[in-house]
Amino acid sequence: MKANPIADLNSDYLAKYGFHDPEDYLHKAPKGLHHGVVEMISRYKQEPEWMREFRHRALDVFLSKPMPRWGDQELLGQLDFANIHYYIKARGDQANSWEDVPDNIKRTFDKLGVPEAERKFLAGVTAQYESEVVYHSIRADLEKQGVLFSDMDSGLREHPEIVRRYFATVIPPEDNKFAALNSAVWSGGSFIYVPPRTKVEIPLQAYFRINAENMGQFERTLIIADEGASVHYIEGCTAPVYSTDSLHSAVVELIALKGAHIRYTTIQNWSTNVYNLVTKRAYAHEDAVVEWVDGNLGSKLTMKYPSVYLMGERAHGEVLSVAFAGDGQHQDTGAKMIHAAPHTTSRIISKSISKGAGRSSYRGMVKVARGAVGCRTSVECDALLIGERARSDTYPTMDVAEDDVRVEHEARVSKLAEEQLFYLQSRGLDADQARLMIVNGFIEPFVRELPMEYAVELNRLIELEMEGTVG
Amino acid sequence: MNREDAPVFSCRDVHVAVEGKEIVKGVDLEIRAGEKHALMGPNGSGKSTLVAALMGHPSLQVSGEIFLAGEPVTQLEPDERARRGMFLGFQYPVAVPGVSVANFLRAALKARRGEEIPVRAFRKEMQAAFAALEMNPDFAGRYLNDGFSGGEKKRLEILQMLLLKPVLTLLDETDSGLDIDALKIVATGIDRAAGPDNGVLLVTHYQRILEHIKPDVVHVFIDGRIARTGGPELARELEERGYEWLEQEVAAVAGGES
Repeated sequence: MKANPIADLNSDYLAKYGFHDPEDYLHKAPKGLHHGVVEMISRYKQEPEWMREFRHRALDVFLSKPMPRWGDQELLGQLDFANIHYYIKARGDQANSWEDVPDNIKRTFDKLGVPEAERKFLAGVTAQYESEVVYHSIRADLEKQGVLFSDMDSGLREHPEIVRRYFATVIPPEDNKFAALNSAVWSGGSFIYVPPRTKVEIPLQAYFRINAENMGQFERTLIIADEGASVHYIEGCTAPVYSTDSLHSAVVELIALKGAHIRYTTIQNWSTNVYNLVTKRAYAHEDAVVEWVDGNLGSKLTMKYPSVYLMGERAHGEVLSVAFAGDGQHQDTGAKMIHAAPHTTSRIISKSISKGAGRSSYRGMVKVARGAVGCRTSVECDALLIGERARSDTYPTMDVAEDDVRVEHEARVSKLAEEQLFYLQSRGLDADQARLMIVNGFIEPFVRELPMEYAVELNRLIELEMEGTVG
Repeated sequence: MNREDAPVFSCRDVHVAVEGKEIVKGVDLEIRAGEKHALMGPNGSGKSTLVAALMGHPSLQVSGEIFLAGEPVTQLEPDERARRGMFLGFQYPVAVPGVSVANFLRAALKARRGEEIPVRAFRKEMQAAFAALEMNPDFAGRYLNDGFSGGEKKRLEILQMLLLKPVLTLLDETDSGLDIDALKIVATGIDRAAGPDNGVLLVTHYQRILEHIKPDVVHVFIDGRIARTGGPELARELEERGYEWLEQEVAAVAGGES
């Protein structure tokens, strides 16, 4: 472990994402967490009583739960909950027109290319800065069809009946310490409801940005696709480069009702001082399909295991993930598939790249409940090591209570092979180009699932990560 | 010597060791423009090690001198040798999953020519090469050597030779694993690619391919050395008599020396 992982960060992250705005905040909660902070957040947001109580109860759960005893104990041990701001609101109200976003924040998102992306190919965009959503838009035709897309706080205000019905039903605060933390201090995130049989053909996007040092960002996302509906949601994340740590701890709940289809795509590129501890889970009802497409670059420690609970017959779940761990980083990622109904199917493809002193872990679980006959599941994890110090570990769990089940599991760890390098070099590619080509090929099954703009961006990010690699 | 008159390839006193064990024990070779040389020899004689060393394989310890078109390349990385026009057709081409044949070829062409090739021009060139080797154009979208049959891999090697237009082509057992039809197609491809300005060194265990590609010079490689050099008739002699008589001669000479 390096004392200062920042020193290693490539200079482009600094220039492109690592900048930070001068702090100009309407409200910045003092560091530390207690019931007073929770009360303040809830009152500030003028929430209904049930949410206020929910937050306080969640804080009690958070305080009573020990830290996880698994995962990277060294890095988890360095996380200091007392040294975090749990709520920060920048000046200005939420804008529906890009022009109305405060200039400094607009510049930030302009630099990150958010409005550009919206103009190009998105049906709706939400941009979150620190704790609150600062910009939001949705295409008029979708709005007319009854598609609801807003930040979570507005969702709670404007559609309390839907939020109350589904909120925390997939991930209760008791689930784990970080879910409890998020439940207590959540702010922002996306709320999406797609009415029955409505197909949202182009993706909806949210962009999450941390600006302040020692910031905790706790967005809360809830997506409901009603019967026969379909939606693709994409999120991107970055943060400035600071020498001390920030915490990003989101909760994302997806509910795909009968015959619905949800795809959730993440490209996170946090700076390497961010702890990224996220709980993502979906319920897939009868004949529903849920897909998590999850790309993890950056961060100091990521712990994230997108899950699908296959609740109805013939439901299908997929997790397709890529993690890239450079020096001083640990990507502890994986997936969970819970087959709770007969004839459900699932597929996990997890690819990790560890470079230099980077470390990646695959942690996965497939569970087939009693009575869930005729299920099929396949798990494929593939790790690529670049350099002698790179590390990869695999922790798969299979818990199958039925006989009539088809389970496939494949795990491979490979070193970037000298013979591949020699082959490509013998065709005129220099060593850096050859390594990049091998790595891009390795993650190609993932990249091919991304919209074009994201695929291009991801390839560019990988290229930056690979620069100056000594094999 | 004037560079213009320099042979396209030459090497002097090349020794190659693998993990400290000497496999190639002093090789001198000279290939002039327009010449095709065959390097024949029994299995395990060090032929493949020699050509891998000439291409610059990083795990081999090489001494001696290697020249391409009169310029020394001994100290150069494999990619630098490739950009100057050296090409190795592999006996076992390596799979690179996720990288399409088209993307790979375009990158290799760009490296060799030192400039980007416009997409349309590249497509045209690639399709022509596929046609010349009677390959399905679907190859362009497949992952490089991934799940290819032995014959498909060999054809793709020759296709690269056609596109990259090397100054010196080293072909390592390109004929092995090919049926007779594939062999004819590959041999035609090699003939096409080997112009009057280039040189070819064809490593083979069997005389079979030499019925299709007429070598100008035949070398017999035994125990890390060129034991004999002759014309095409030497290949036929080997076909009739096998390698044993030459191996015995070499052993007798070695015995006499000690």
